[in-house]
Amino acid sequence: MSAETRREKAAQIRQLLDTEGENVHADATHINEARYDATESFGEYEDLRTEAREIKEDAIERLPELIGRVTDAVEANGGQVYLADDAADANQYIEEVVGDADSLVKSKSMTTEEIDVNDSLEAAGVDVHETDLGEWVLQVADESPSHIVGPAMHKSREEIAALFNERFDPDEPFETAEELTAFARDWLGERIQDADVGMTGANFVLAESGSITLVTNEGNARKCAVAPDTHVAVAGVEKLIPSIRELQPFVELIARAATGQSIAQYVTTLSPPVETPTLDFDDPDTPLSEAGIGGGNGGGGSDDNDDREFHLVLLDNGRSAMREDDQLRETLYCIRCGACANSCANFQHVGGHAFGGETYTGGIATGWEAGVHSQDSAAEFNDLCTGCSRCVNACPVKIDIPWINEVVRDRINRGVGDASDASDTPEFDFLVEGLTPDEEPGGLTPRKRFFGNFSTLAKLGSATAPVSNWLAGTGPSRAVLERFLGIDRRRDLPKFERETLVEWFDARGGSRVSAADADREAVLYPDVYTNHVHTERGKAAVRVLEALGVAVRVPEVASSGRAPLSQGMLATAERHAHDAYADLAEHIDADRDVVVIEPSDLAMFAGEYEKFLPEKSAERLAESSYEVIEYAYGLLENGAERAALRPGDGERVAYHSHCQQRTLGLEAHSVAVLEDCGYDVLTSETECCGMAGSFGYKQEYYELSRDVGSDLEAQFTTDDARDRTVVASGTSCCEQLDALLERPSRHPVQLLDPTRDR
Amino acid sequence: MATETVATFESSLDELGVGMTRTDPEGFDDALAAIIDEPAVGVPLRIDGVSLDDVPVTVDPTTAQLESARTGVTPVGTAVATYGTLAIESSAAGDEPVSLFPECHVAVVREVDVVWGLDEAFARLDEEFDAGRDSVVFATGASATADMGEMVEGVHGPTAVHVVVIES
Ligand code: SF4
Repeated sequence: MSAETRREKAAQIRQLLDTEGENVHADATHINEARYDATESFGEYEDLRTEAREIKEDAIERLPELIGRVTDAVEANGGQVYLADDAADANQYIEEVVGDADSLVKSKSMTTEEIDVNDSLEAAGVDVHETDLGEWVLQVADESPSHIVGPAMHKSREEIAALFNERFDPDEPFETAEELTAFARDWLGERIQDADVGMTGANFVLAESGSITLVTNEGNARKCAVAPDTHVAVAGVEKLIPSIRELQPFVELIARAATGQSIAQYVTTLSPPVETPTLDFDDPDTPLSEAGIGGGNGGGGSDDNDDREFHLVLLDNGRSAMREDDQLRETLYCIRCGACANSCANFQHVGGHAFGGETYTGGIATGWEAGVHSQDSAAEFNDLCTGCSRCVNACPVKIDIPWINEVVRDRINRGVGDASDASDTPEFDFLVEGLTPDEEPGGLTPRKRFFGNFSTLAKLGSATAPVSNWLAGTGPSRAVLERFLGIDRRRDLPKFERETLVEWFDARGGSRVSAADADREAVLYPDVYTNHVHTERGKAAVRVLEALGVAVRVPEVASSGRAPLSQGMLATAERHAHDAYADLAEHIDADRDVVVIEPSDLAMFAGEYEKFLPEKSAERLAESSYEVIEYAYGLLENGAERAALRPGDGERVAYHSHCQQRTLGLEAHSVAVLEDCGYDVLTSETECCGMAGSFGYKQEYYELSRDVGSDLEAQFTTDDARDRTVVASGTSCCEQLDALLERPSRHPVQLLDPTRDR
Repeated sequence: MATETVATFESSLDELGVGMTRTDPEGFDDALAAIIDEPAVGVPLRIDGVSLDDVPVTVDPTTAQLESARTGVTPVGTAVATYGTLAIESSAAGDEPVSLFPECHVAVVREVDVVWGLDEAFARLDEEFDAGRDSVVFATGASATADMGEMVEGVHGPTAVHVVVIES
């Protein structure tokens, strides 16, 4: 990305923050809260997620067989199935089916957005009307959806009223949501009555009975499916599940995940062509029992309602290739609930239009765009994923969404690359090149190299501190970093310590508690930040562990690979994983626990390492690793002396947990230990600080990062919070908090440090 | 047990803003007449002991009658107590349009067909699908949208729903 492209991107994000941010924020955060309520109070939630995941895994595995079955079933019902290779193929078939129809009504479907069916039909002279209110607003405004489930989420009632007043020129201008809805109901109601063809998507397709399941709140899908006599359903092949027996977990999950409702208003399962009478509103005097009956059985309706025609278009469009692709396959398990977008702090603040992409947006969209469109389409917005992992627990089918983002990043890195980025930095390349003993191809941008090789940079930084700090702090060098690497000059860079934690530990003569006297021995993992930048929290951790009777070691250990991973430099991340495991294996063999301070590193050990290491190794490391306060919690529970830690004496603290720490379910331990030690803890309701590692440094995202952070800032500056000591578990959270607030932040372990003097 | 299920059903409906009337077959005609807003249309109830014969409901309406009706009356084969969900059939008699087009949907269900949770409803459905049934609409409350900036009830589907439970 050239400096100019970065500026344009920053300007676009700023504009979206101003125009759409507020509406999206209100809706997405509201729905996200509702999702929490709906899932927390639902005992079976976790079991159902597991079940849903298994059903999807199995269905995608058996996809060819299910396609065969559904074809037989639909044909036996009297309908047709068409397997479309790609968008053009699908559109051509649909055009043939629609024939000389004048008008078609549609129920919201992302799959038809994917193939741009509206454009294709309109070019063929068919009037197309979206009947989902949100989708219709966008059709009137000629805009694209900004959310999978709430396509017009970025528009306020006032904006919609203004749009409709201008477009439809009513006698009395529209104002309220009721007026707008009533108008939409009547206007679209007429279109539905007049339509020759109804088109829907399908949330699920049941192979055995040839049924489609539609999940909606408005009722428009039901009308589109049954009012006109021809029904075309367009669904990606991944929507197939074996039978109605597998449907239940999804019915229980989808609305909870999507909007926080326990069940959607309408969950409609139809096996078209249905027996429901076709409604001919031009023929007002025909009783329902005679509508569409070909005769024969004397009314009352029957199977031979031969007015009805049904076509199921199953769309491949890259999905077979995704199925073969070990990394992208998971994307096909997605049930398009949008929970990943709603749980994403960046999405909550700027909305889907900032993510880019041709059709899909937010969360899992990287996987979809890479699979059904192209890597280029995915490349645009893949950047907004900071890997915070908040979406992982949100997803009802347990898709590892951040991993998919990293994989796609890696592929983009290895693809053609971004020529503009590489070409405008030749003067600087040598410097970055010197820092980059990575496994990555030459096309990788200098900025990615810079952030991805942060551990090398940190070593150099410590070795040359204070010179490196002075350089990082001065105007001219910040200008160079901004111009060539796009590192925003408003953001403070980390200050490297001359003496690393490992050096400090050696110099003090190792552990003050000898292994012979201790019940437990622990290796404190010296992550890059703790070792080179925030050595204070490392020292505090050593003292806390010793105070709790643990013999401590702080050996040199390779960095976890988090930095290259977040740049999509998977080969480099993998090398780090092997090195780090090699460095730790002997300790694990000797029954030493691995204690980790930085939550994002623990998350790597517990999660991504299973992708990089042999299964056994990954398991062993995951099982032996603990977050530092989680570890202290365990020690205290097992009889360690609380009195050995610095008591809180009622000190008021404001605590912000780290995104990945929350995903791992470790926030509660920190709160419990602090409270146990007598601290008065206020926890942040805001889940994300908005920083997430390198993201907040990047010039084009700096403002978005600050905007996301503003929620946390607001909570920590209320009357109740203003005078509290600020505590956070992650380095990036601390950096963001230091930038947002007047008072400094520290790691909880620093509060507990027995040598701390207030 | 059945009482508890129906009580739960009633409170689920209450949360959805859906009214419920209990009656026995003898009281059915009067109870229904008190609920419906005319003109009303309906489909045969398929429930022993009750019918739409003596109430002001047009069975087997024309499309014009369907369009102008304020109330649509249909039977419901299964109802789910914990969610307040009604399993509407999609039949040739027109359950689907009659429950969908008029402003108010009145659903008639036998007490014994109110089941506790979706588990039971799906168990029934599995059997019914095996026996050849192939459609069902799980409807929960009135139709709704938040797409116009605020939650509004009654979009493409009914604005109001009322349930009549037939005690046996
Ligand atoms: S990835 Fe998961 S959370 Fe995101 S839309 Fe798909 S199913 Fe929902």
